Amino acid sequence: MYDLIVVGGGPAGLAAACKAWDEGVKNILVLERDKELGGILNQCIHNGFGLQRFKEELTGPEYAGRYIDMLKATGVQVKLDTMVLQVVPGEDGAPHQVHAINGADGYMVLETKTIVLAMGCRERTRGAISTPGERCAGVFTAGAAQRFLNMEGYMVGRRVVILGSGDIGLIMARRMTLEGAKVLACVELMPYSGGLTRNIVQCLEDYGIPLYLSHTITDIKGHERVEQVTVSKVGPDRRPIPGTEMVFDCDTVLLSVGLIPENELTRQAGIAMDKRTSGAVVFENMETGVPGIFACGNVVHVHDLVDYVSAESERAGAAAAAWVQGKHAAGETLELVNGDGVSYTVPQHLRLEALEKPAQVFFRVNRVTRDAQILATDADGKTIARFKREHMAPGEMEQVALPPQLLKQARGPLTLSIREV
Amino acid sequence: MYDVVIIGCGVVGASAAYELARYKLRVAVLEAAADIAAGTTKANSAIIHAGYDPEPGTLMARLNVEGNRLTGEICEKLQVPFKRVGSLVVAFSPEQLPTLRTLYDRGCKNGVPGLRLLSGEEARAMEPGLSEEVCGALLAPSAGIIDPWGFAIAMAETAVRGGVEVRRDCPVTGIEAAGEGFVLHTPQGDVTARFVLNAAGVDADRVHEMLEPNDWETLPSRGEYYLLDKSEHDRVSRVIFQCPGPEGKGVLVAPTIHGNLICGPNAQGVEDRLDLGNTAAGMEEVRRKAARSVPGVEWRQNIRNFAGLRANTTRSDFIIEESKAYPGFIDLAGIKSPGLSSAPAIAKMAVEMLKADGLALEPDPDFVDKREHIVFKELSAEEKNELIRRDPRYGRVVCRCETITEGEIVAALHSPIPPRSINGVKRRCNAGMGRCQGGFCGPRVQEIIARELGLDQAEVLLEQAGSTILTGRTKTGGNEHV
Repeated sequence: MYDLIVVGGGPAGLAAACKAWDEGVKNILVLERDKELGGILNQCIHNGFGLQRFKEELTGPEYAGRYIDMLKATGVQVKLDTMVLQVVPGEDGAPHQVHAINGADGYMVLETKTIVLAMGCRERTRGAISTPGERCAGVFTAGAAQRFLNMEGYMVGRRVVILGSGDIGLIMARRMTLEGAKVLACVELMPYSGGLTRNIVQCLEDYGIPLYLSHTITDIKGHERVEQVTVSKVGPDRRPIPGTEMVFDCDTVLLSVGLIPENELTRQAGIAMDKRTSGAVVFENMETGVPGIFACGNVVHVHDLVDYVSAESERAGAAAAAWVQGKHAAGETLELVNGDGVSYTVPQHLRLEALEKPAQVFFRVNRVTRDAQILATDADGKTIARFKREHMAPGEMEQVALPPQLLKQARGPLTLSIREV
Repeated sequence: MYDVVIIGCGVVGASAAYELARYKLRVAVLEAAADIAAGTTKANSAIIHAGYDPEPGTLMARLNVEGNRLTGEICEKLQVPFKRVGSLVVAFSPEQLPTLRTLYDRGCKNGVPGLRLLSGEEARAMEPGLSEEVCGALLAPSAGIIDPWGFAIAMAETAVRGGVEVRRDCPVTGIEAAGEGFVLHTPQGDVTARFVLNAAGVDADRVHEMLEPNDWETLPSRGEYYLLDKSEHDRVSRVIFQCPGPEGKGVLVAPTIHGNLICGPNAQGVEDRLDLGNTAAGMEEVRRKAARSVPGVEWRQNIRNFAGLRANTTRSDFIIEESKAYPGFIDLAGIKSPGLSSAPAIAKMAVEMLKADGLALEPDPDFVDKREHIVFKELSAEEKNELIRRDPRYGRVVCRCETITEGEIVAALHSPIPPRSINGVKRRCNAGMGRCQGGFCGPRVQEIIARELGLDQAEVLLEQAGSTILTGRTKTGGNEHV
């Protein structure tokens, strides 16, 4: 019987496992499906990681390396090349079960007191957005292309149109350009970019790659490999406007149209989900609706900086350790509700009794704002906290810290909303 | 000289090969594409129809009902996924009720078992996802859902094990009658045959014209589809058809044998037989029509769109007939819906025609009419353990979404008709069929194909020649992936 099983050895799982060890839990197992630890960071060879967490600028593999070294200095056990097939919550305090396989151990049923779910996310595909056209070779998700270039050393094309302005797409626009490809356009359906401003500047503007906002791909031609892409302007209803077509001769389409938390195991385990994040509903300590099962990182909600993943996952690791040590959070909960301008919050529930430090609340806005206020308003309409922001955008995750003494004055639920000044 | 050469290895050609493999004959199948089962056989509704649609007395009526029965038997023997989930044809207005009655009567005449007319309430009690607009339905319990390409591949593999030759990338470019038989020109050299079965699908008209002028032609009709995530699978438990009208059989909503939900097709005549693209208008039509039967479908859960071509012709029925001028050349053509359902019966009919033409059918006692097919995720924990002990590659999950192991991919690559492309592997073991659509496993499947077939990774194609995935090395080369 393990004290803690961590599902996933990417940045979230590594941080959770290291923190739980530091908090005194010694019987920890990390299960990773790939052949090495580090997750998606291994293919993110660009820099910009770690400014918050390590106060220096690292590449993805370097950032992962820091945590892998930290993990190696502990006695945390790791099984690589191991796929978790099922998580079965224990009933009435019984141990939880994790079903997993690998080539060496075969089919395993592992028992554990606590679980941290850290499976990360996957990319939305062409199917999810039903892009018209032929189903030829040369259409890649940006992350798949990134793996081919950065880990396998292969080019995926020469003349590229990128659909979506998510961060991986922007990073790949620069990467493909540096490899000698011509990136003809980055096309974004929404009137604003889905990625970080710094990536728009450093990956598109610095290389003269045009960003077409309020545009989308309306046709892909090529029986075997992409030969031509049609791009159209869209109206306020996001439907293509006839007569605005631009045709690009290209051999490659990269899709950067969003990330989806990978929660097959979570759903199968019957853990309550939040439709807006596509992740589990969590408490302030990243515990899910099932006692002793925690979740952190991109499996809960998609972050834009790994530094925040680490911070959130350390909270999950510490909470799992506390649980193993018999400190089970309970008591009254304060629900967080999305008000005007807010598309989701994580956590969704706060247990005030358990709060010693300010509650870190991550959220995303659903429109671009200038000089706006973030308001936390309780059921009586009393604003218990307000925060100013010069600039907010859906592509950039926001966070606020709500002090326990203020929260204790609130009558729930607590609504988080945006007000332009 | 071959006794029989089959042109085309879709489900009709594969069925014919499987039927002929039982006899001591020299048989070859010539497939123009890079893989078998990669035309209309891989892009259709994946339904085995009950057989109430075709007019009594037509070939379609007889062969559909017989084919439905045979499909059940073959899938059992060859371990092909097939389930008789039943179907409902729904009526949206009292004016459509007589159509249900007509289908019921036709079905009875065609010998379809178990047909029942239902009220709207009865239909909704069976299928709570149905629209309130539904005011009546025809239930056909013998309709089923199948893995259509898996069905064709299973029959073709069994035929190959029984001595049939399958040549891929082998389009027939010319046909001449010569002496006792025919000479077929191909890029792989001339092939001679006493008898020829023309199972070239949409291109069967062009193949026929290589021999003699044709009095019919193919009028390809493209049908577009949505394939939705497994989270939508339970919207309905049966195949939901709409009343056939002037536009054809209408749009269906059905669970798939792989656990997804399928919606489609529309119908659009096309000139370019290679253009299998989806159109914004076509997809919108499918959504609108499907939502009329089952309003709750969550289109955001779509994982893939695709399109296929129906082999409609200038005639209404299947064209299963021998050339009058060139006896021994038999068309198995115009095999549109219910073609998949009829294929095994079409094959039996073709064999009867060959026999009538004087082909001696001596049973081959060595023919093995069964096939083992390991699907790891369907095994019990003990069986999984046993398999991993025997071959640790079954302990490595490559396709996470569908839980497909390296062992299964390697087995596919060493099967009787080994795939050479990403899509070929997908059709044999489902790797890449899931919600991430190969985003994660694509590169790893590519590595495994390259390793097993001794290719460079960049030589592994998506499908046909020209469907290059990788265009070369990066500037500095990459770290070799270990």
